[in-house]
Amino acid sequence: MTTIEHTGIEHDQRAVLFGDGKVGSFFSAVADWATSTDHKKIGRLYAGFGMLALIGVAVIGALLGLERTNANGYVLPEDSILQLFQLHRVGLVFWVAIPLTLGAAVAIVPMQVGARAIAFARLALTGFYAWLAGAVLTIVALAGNGGIGGGNAQMVDLFLAAHGLMILGIAATAGCVATTVLTSRAPGMTMRRVPFFSWSALVQALALLVALPVMFGVLIYLFVDARNAQLVFGGPLGIGNWIGLFFDTPVVYIYAIPVAGLLAEAMPVAFGRRHPMRQVVFAGLALIGVAALTGATLQNDFATTFNGDGSSVIKHLVVLAFFVALPLLGGVITLATAAMVAKPSGDAKPSIRVISPLIFGLLGTLMLVLGMIGGVLVDLSDLELAGTVFGEAATVFVTFAAALGGLGALIMWAPKLWGMQIPEKKVLPLALLGTLATVLAAGPHYVAGFTGQDGETGVYMGDGASSALNGIVLVGYALMVLTVLGVVGAIATSRGKGDQNANPWCAHTIEWSTTSPAPADNFAAMPTVKSAEPELDQTPEGSPS
Amino acid sequence: MTLALPAGPSPAPRRQIFVGTALAGLAGTMMMGGMLAVWALIRQRAVDAGERFPVKFIIPEVATNVMLITIFALCLFAQWAVYSARRGDRSHTGLALGVVLVLGIAFINAQAFVYTQMEMPLAGSGYATMFYAITGTMVAIVIAGLVYTVVAAFRSLGGRDREYEVISAHAMYWYFTAAAYAALWFLVYVTK
Repeated sequence: MTTIEHTGIEHDQRAVLFGDGKVGSFFSAVADWATSTDHKKIGRLYAGFGMLALIGVAVIGALLGLERTNANGYVLPEDSILQLFQLHRVGLVFWVAIPLTLGAAVAIVPMQVGARAIAFARLALTGFYAWLAGAVLTIVALAGNGGIGGGNAQMVDLFLAAHGLMILGIAATAGCVATTVLTSRAPGMTMRRVPFFSWSALVQALALLVALPVMFGVLIYLFVDARNAQLVFGGPLGIGNWIGLFFDTPVVYIYAIPVAGLLAEAMPVAFGRRHPMRQVVFAGLALIGVAALTGATLQNDFATTFNGDGSSVIKHLVVLAFFVALPLLGGVITLATAAMVAKPSGDAKPSIRVISPLIFGLLGTLMLVLGMIGGVLVDLSDLELAGTVFGEAATVFVTFAAALGGLGALIMWAPKLWGMQIPEKKVLPLALLGTLATVLAAGPHYVAGFTGQDGETGVYMGDGASSALNGIVLVGYALMVLTVLGVVGAIATSRGKGDQNANPWCAHTIEWSTTSPAPADNFAAMPTVKSAEPELDQTPEGSPS
Repeated sequence: MTLALPAGPSPAPRRQIFVGTALAGLAGTMMMGGMLAVWALIRQRAVDAGERFPVKFIIPEVATNVMLITIFALCLFAQWAVYSARRGDRSHTGLALGVVLVLGIAFINAQAFVYTQMEMPLAGSGYATMFYAITGTMVAIVIAGLVYTVVAAFRSLGGRDREYEVISAHAMYWYFTAAAYAALWFLVYVTK
C-alpha cells in the first residue's frame, strides 16, 4: 500500500525554502509541481506537455503539407524531410496521443473510482520524467541525423535508447493507472460499477502493458545490433521494419480508447439518465483493446485480396477480421450504445443538454471510427492503398481523435482539476474546430490515397491534384494549432472565475460528490457506492424505484 | 439529538503491491515472449537458408541446466519466505530471503561463466548480438529481482513482518522469472 499522505506541510516547507516574494512563489510552485505525488498534478503535467507537443507536431504536419503542395522540387531542405517525417509520426503517437489520454487518465481515474491517491504515486511521477526525457532525447537524436535510416550511428543508438526510455515511462504510468482501478476502488464499487472513462483507461493501460513491452524487447535487439554487427536487423534502415507497426493502424487504436470512454461517460450525463447497456459498452471498449494483440504478435501484414482461391481469401479475411475489424466493431458498438441512451423510453421524450464533453467525445469517437475504417480499407490489396498516404491519414484520424478525447476529458473534469467550469461558449466552438481540423488534416489524404500519392518514402513529389489536397491538409494542421491554443487560453482565462459548484454538469459518478477543486487526497469523507450512478441516486428523478 | 460521527478512514487498497507486481510480470512476460518470438523467427530464416544456428560456438549446457535448476530452487525459497512470513516467523523469513539472494547471485555467476566459456565476440556475428541481447535482458530481470529481494528483506527485517503481501508479490516475481528463463533455456540453449 502507499506510504504517501498529503498533509500540506510540504507546501509550508517550500515556502520557507524559497521565500514569500513573487520569485520565491514562482520557484515554490515549480518545485511543488515538479515533485508532487498528487495524481491530478502528474496527469496535468502529462497532458500539458502533450498539448505543447500537439502544437509542435501540427506545425511539422503543416510543413510537410507545404512540402507536398510543391510538385516541382523541395520547399524544405531535402535532407531534413526524412527526419521531419519521423518527428511527425513519433510525435503523433508518443508525444500527443499517449500523454494526452494517459495524462487525463492519471488525473481523473483515481477520483472516479474513489481512491485517495493513485497507486505507486512516485512511480507514476518517475514514469512521467522518463517519458519526458525520452521525448527530448528523441528530438535530439533526430536533429542529429539519427532515427530510421539515419547517417549518424551514435544518434541512431540514441534514437533507439530514447524510445526505450519513453516506453519504460509510459508502461510504469499505465501500470499505476491499472493498479488503481483494480485495487483502490471505493467501498461498494464493484468492477461492474466502475465508470466508463475509468474502464476505458483500464483497457488502455492493460493494452499498453501488453503491446509496448514487445516493442521494448525488439528495441533491445535493434540497439545491440545497431552498435555491433548490423547483420540481422538491417542496421538503421531496418529499424522501421521492426517497430513501424507501433506507429500505424491498428496498434494506434489502443492510444485512443479513452475517447470512446469519454463519449460513454458524457452521453448519460447529457441526457440525465442511466446508461441502459453498461455491460455492452464495457465489451465494446474492450474490443478496441484487441488491437494490442497486433503489437504483441508483431503482426503487420494484413494484406487481403479477393483475387486468390477461396481458402486463401478466407484465411486472410479471418486474420483481418480478428486484428483489424474487431477493434472497429468495438468502436461501432460504443457509438451504437451511445445512441441507445438517446432512445425514448415509454412516453417520455429524451431531453438533451448539449455539453462540450459530449461533443468532444462524440466527434472524437467518430474520427476514431473513420480512422479504423481506413485501417481496414488500407489492408484490402485490391484497392491498392498500401504505401500511399491513405495509411498515414488513418493514423492521423486516430491520433487526433485521441487528442480530442484528452482535451475533452480535461474540459469535463476542469472543475475538479482547476476548480472552475470552463464556459461552454468558449469550448463548444473549439470541439467543432478540432473536429474540422482533424477532417481537413486527414480527409484529403484518404482521397489522395486513391490517386496513388506515395506515403512512405518521406519524399513528396505530388502532381497538381494532390497538391491542392495537400494544401487543405496544411490548413487542417493549422486549425489544430488554433484548437489547442484555444483550449489552453480557455483554461487560463477561466481560472478564478465560476461558482465552484461541486457538480456543474449534474454528472453521475462519485468524483462529483467532492469539492471543486478536489482536495489533494480527493475526498474529505470516503463515500460508499451503491450503484453505478451514485450521484444520480441523490436526485428525485434518479432515485432507484 | 443525534451527533454525526466523523468519516472513517478510507479502506486499505486491496493488495496493491501484489497486483502491481502481477502487471509488471505481465509486461515482462510480453517483453521476453516478444524477444523469444523474434529469436525463433530469425532462427527459422537461418535454417531455411541452410545456415547453422549458432554458427560455430559451443554452448556449455551443463551450466545452463544448472541455471534452470537454480532459478526453480530460488522460487522454492521465495515461497518458503511467504510461508514463514504468514506465520510471523521473522528469522526463517530472513533466512529464506537470504538464500534467494545467494541463488540469484549464483545464477548471474553461471551466466558469466557461460559467456566466458563461449568466447564469442559481441560484434562477430548476428547470432552473437541476439544471444547477448536476450541473455543480457534475462540477467537484468534477475538483477531487478535481487533488488526486490533486498527491499522485501529490509521491510520484513525492519519490523513490517506482518505485511507479508510484499513477500508474496516478491515470490510471484520470481515465478515469472523462472517461467521466462525456462522458455529462454528451451529455445536458446536446447533447441539452439
